[in-house]
Amino acid sequence: MLKDFASYLIYDLARLDHGSRLADAINFFIYDTMKIFLLLSVIIFIVSVIRSYFPPEKTKRILSHKKEFIGNILAALLGIVTPFCSCSAVPLFIGFVEAGVPLGVTFSFLISSPLVNEVAVVLLWGMFGWKIAAIYMGMGLLVAMLAGSIIGKLKLERWVEEYVYKFRSGQTQELVTQAFGERLAYAQWNTADILKKVWLFIIIAIGIGGFIHGYVPQDFLVRYAGNGNPFAVPVAVVLGVPLYANAAGVIPIVYALMEKGLSMGTVLAFMMAVTALSLPEMIILRKVLKIPLLAVFVAIMTATITAVGYVFNAVI
Amino acid sequence: MEIKVLGPGCANCQKMEDLAKTAVKELGIDAKIEKISDIQEIMKYTMSTPGLVVNGKLKHAGKPLPNIEKVKTLIQGEV
Repeated sequence: MLKDFASYLIYDLARLDHGSRLADAINFFIYDTMKIFLLLSVIIFIVSVIRSYFPPEKTKRILSHKKEFIGNILAALLGIVTPFCSCSAVPLFIGFVEAGVPLGVTFSFLISSPLVNEVAVVLLWGMFGWKIAAIYMGMGLLVAMLAGSIIGKLKLERWVEEYVYKFRSGQTQELVTQAFGERLAYAQWNTADILKKVWLFIIIAIGIGGFIHGYVPQDFLVRYAGNGNPFAVPVAVVLGVPLYANAAGVIPIVYALMEKGLSMGTVLAFMMAVTALSLPEMIILRKVLKIPLLAVFVAIMTATITAVGYVFNAVI
Repeated sequence: MEIKVLGPGCANCQKMEDLAKTAVKELGIDAKIEKISDIQEIMKYTMSTPGLVVNGKLKHAGKPLPNIEKVKTLIQGEV
């Protein structure tokens, strides 16, 4: 239906010739734009409604005193459905530790939340198909579980700032449960909010796909992380760590890298490194973690993302 | 009336503060709006920022943010 509408706009309304390069490019652009914005609106709305049932307080109760492993799996999954603003990472961390959530489990939660992000998943789905989106989600969960488990096994509690353990927040207040209509209203505002934030990046990404085939600013990366190179994955990850963009911002780059023929596992690993680790996030986490733990966290994330990238290149 | 906006300082917290200010102005009520960025103080109420506290009661916590009409109702409920 969307395809017909796009064709109608191009060939009937604008009277462009069938088969001409320009017409086809515009056709592709309009169709993709409609498809992706429709997907985004629907999915963000649904995810927002689901999230209203999983406030961080509830997640904290579920994870409190859970065993490692089961706890890591649960935490990674809850990271997807629990909404939290990056600014609340510190109060969340303290609240979790205070409630007896194991350190490694807390990390699994903090990692999965930004990594398995609905905007990223929908954009991958819209531009590369549902399989790639599902693989990305699976990879993200795997990284969150693995990295969290390893941090838990290493017993690094001594590198958490002391005040975190002394913290007594006392009885925090809880909000009254929302009526269903109210959940829908919040979901709607949230959807509009996110679309406002990401639309430009998405148009750019689709534009790269439709018009600028072969245009790639990251030639450097492609030369050193190309297909034949066995070190493609670690190179891509190490380059992605210091770079930071949100899920929508990284998609144009991902598209360009795919165009240049980088393999899927390499590109998804790059995307994860860009979205999962960032300087602003490190500065926030520094308030609760001492520098050695912060360094271990970055190292473990880099290693697990690389490992997962290799696995996917081998599997696909 | 005492309104507190809880948030260590990010785009969303800033937006919450703006919403509270606009709501107070549009409602034409006399209220003191205070921005709380101290973690200890924030966690007396909630661990999900941005938060909105009216007369000592937590009215909103975390994402997604309410819209302006909703913020007005939240504040009015305590007048």
